[in-house]
Amino acid sequence: MGIDRSGRGEWLTTTLDAFVNWARKNSLWPMPFGTACCGIELMAVLASRHDIARFGAEALRFSPRQSDLLLVAGRISIKMMPVLTRIYQQMPEPKWVISMGACASSGGIFDTYSVIQGIDKFLPVDVYLPGCPPRPEAILHGLISLQKVIMRDSMQHYQQLDGAAPG
Amino acid sequence: MPALKQLSDLLSAKFPDAFLEVTEFRGMLSIHIRGGLILDLLRMLKTDPRFAYNFLADITAVDHLKKGGHTRYSVVYHLLNQHDAKRIVVHAWVDEENPELPSVYALWKTADWQEREVFDLFGIRFEGHPDLRRIMNPEDFGFHPLRKDYPLHGRGERDDFPVVGRTIGSKWPADRSFE
Repeated sequence: MGIDRSGRGEWLTTTLDAFVNWARKNSLWPMPFGTACCGIELMAVLASRHDIARFGAEALRFSPRQSDLLLVAGRISIKMMPVLTRIYQQMPEPKWVISMGACASSGGIFDTYSVIQGIDKFLPVDVYLPGCPPRPEAILHGLISLQKVIMRDSMQHYQQLDGAAPG
Repeated sequence: MPALKQLSDLLSAKFPDAFLEVTEFRGMLSIHIRGGLILDLLRMLKTDPRFAYNFLADITAVDHLKKGGHTRYSVVYHLLNQHDAKRIVVHAWVDEENPELPSVYALWKTADWQEREVFDLFGIRFEGHPDLRRIMNPEDFGFHPLRKDYPLHGRGERDDFPVVGRTIGSKWPADRSFE
């Protein structure tokens, strides 16, 4: 990356991928899908002590059409799974999924007929957060990990969208 | 509240065909009765001033598949007398072939959702219930999962969903490594 070193800061050179990814990773709008105690930790990470706004992800939107990060926080029952799938499909690209906590990632201790044994059986997950529930620091670490994933994204991936409707 | 012997005598006189037994565990009396007359028994326990159990605290059920019992299922009513804080438990025994009970919705409106829960999880039907639908499981769920012959991990319901892939190419590099 080249930067104008004259002191005026008028130009820089970079790649489109790097510039777009940089903008996206620092302005994630999460769609919180809190179904259990992980949702409580998620509220804590929004508050001033941990302050997820430092990482640009404070604009929670309870509409999937305005979000690009699905934060699945809690166990997903067989009655909730179609809802979660519908919400994921309603989110516009580019979109990412964080599977937060043991339950969303694997079913956790709830190895029963009614609990999905990991949402990654049915949805593409980008980052898994271990913990029961994860501490707010772990959530922030997961967010930073996702930002690293986003930096590896490329405009090439979106060329498939031409001509074919997604989903 | 009448003691065990008095209660047993009174009930066997009043419900000679349906009454089974009264048991006591740590001061809590349990009445066991065949299911058909449960509405009459609970009405008596609610309205008779000697009992006055005016509050239905809970309805649940037990599947005695291999545990032994009078019949396979017992529906358990937890009653509370709010004037002197006394409680009593009523077991209504229903058989496996035709698990059906009269609804007690006429006595306590709260029985609405509690009987729906028992119906959902045990498949016991309540005659006279105003709206006997599943309350927790999906409407098309084909089983009653708290029956003991239903496997803990289900019959594949939790694996039976469409897999949604990424709508654009993988965001991960081929070696799935970063930083």
